[in-house]
Amino acid sequence: MTESERRVAAATGTYRVKRGLADMLKGGVIMDVVTPDEAKVAEDAGAVAVMALERVPSDIRRDGGVARMSDPEMIQGIQAAVTIPVMAKARIGHFAEGQILQALDVDYIDESEVLTPADEAHHIDKWKFNVPFVCGATNLGEALRRISEGACMIRSKGEAGTGNVVEAVRHLRSILGDIRKIGQADSAELYEWAKVLQSPVGLIEEVANTGRLPVPMFCAGGLATPADAALVMQLGAEAVFVGSGIFKSDDPALRAKAIVEATTHFDDPSILAKVSTGLGKSMPGLEIATLETRFDQRGW
Amino acid sequence: MNPRKIGVLGLQGAAREHRDVLERLGQTPVDVRRPEHLFGVDALVIPGGESTTMSMLLESSGLFDPVAGLLADGAPAFGTCAGMILLASEVMDGRPDQRSFSSIDLRVRRNAFGRQLASFEADLEVEGLDTPFRAVFIRAPYVESVGDAVEVLASAQGPDGESHAVLCRAGQVMVSAFHPELTDDSRLHQLWLA
Repeated sequence: MTESERRVAAATGTYRVKRGLADMLKGGVIMDVVTPDEAKVAEDAGAVAVMALERVPSDIRRDGGVARMSDPEMIQGIQAAVTIPVMAKARIGHFAEGQILQALDVDYIDESEVLTPADEAHHIDKWKFNVPFVCGATNLGEALRRISEGACMIRSKGEAGTGNVVEAVRHLRSILGDIRKIGQADSAELYEWAKVLQSPVGLIEEVANTGRLPVPMFCAGGLATPADAALVMQLGAEAVFVGSGIFKSDDPALRAKAIVEATTHFDDPSILAKVSTGLGKSMPGLEIATLETRFDQRGW
Repeated sequence: MNPRKIGVLGLQGAAREHRDVLERLGQTPVDVRRPEHLFGVDALVIPGGESTTMSMLLESSGLFDPVAGLLADGAPAFGTCAGMILLASEVMDGRPDQRSFSSIDLRVRRNAFGRQLASFEADLEVEGLDTPFRAVFIRAPYVESVGDAVEVLASAQGPDGESHAVLCRAGQVMVSAFHPELTDDSRLHQLWLA
């Protein structure tokens, strides 16, 4: 090897490398899929990544029972079917599921409230992993606590499996609204913010200095239409996760592509009108007040 | 090179990071997501992201042909990772329907280093820079072979143990398999603009 080909201090699993993949997914749509065929539909439609899981959130909600990490065989089937990144979910606090998913070479782990939590006090110590983690958050304090544990991407939680965007909007507005307020705070007030948000003051200072979350901030939970994607992108989300909304609709392939286009062209109403046309029925959707289980209240 | 207006393709991926670097260098880049955004643009940056997604969105947004025209007219271009794939003349391990602009004569292999766990950062010796460049590779491609007119500016060892080109230039078209936009080091953007 010549001098110019020398590779010095190559390092895998660094924070920059883990966070880097989140940066590459920005402006895109990450789609929940339960079979290799669905994964192909998602890739064909322009998904930037797929989330491999056994049941989409609306089915978890309907069937009840304990929801766990997916069968590795199913995840491997999906990895073999597509060339885009494949994510998978671990239960909150279930670091052994995290270890297994890392051994399976998944591209991202979602420590997700959609699965039944394994620990009611602790999340996974994500610094111990070389594979990056995304975590959900309903407010800025929760987001910063997850980042302090090593999460490299945050998604606002919304209320998964409902097809109802109202909680996603509530969580996004809460997180981004507090970021705006912190930007106006003086240095003494930042310590008060750290107490109120129960988050490290160093991360609060970073938010104050940059005006944004220290990691990419995506939106999830209840998105079902191109208009929903455009709404949350205009509110300040950097990318979207769509779960039940695609494969529980009449024409998943068409809707998936429409949501991809709406996420890119979120600020052009004429394109949004065009891609929203003729999609068939969306998933039915649920009123939040009628829910037996609130996924968004899982996590601490 | 003295571009009047640099467009940064913003359909998907790390576009803002490229605009930030260019602004630090005194440029006023514009976000390109629709054909009308190309007005007055005479140089183009294609960022990292998912090349399959960008390829689809280039078609659906009506940008593929005007961008191809701009590049065919010899506009300077800088592509990183997915951008390298989109500028290449041949793509291996892509999707059959994936299109690229053939602006630089090289054959690139998609996801050549492996999945995310194989992503890495390393100090690269770069032709034309005095000190190494900290290069961040994310599910990165590498170059399998280059045409005669293509200069290889940096190489890295692939999982096959062989050395592969990861930074190339032909005239005013430059491509990197890694992400200079993810570090504070703007020297590669300067090299492209020089």
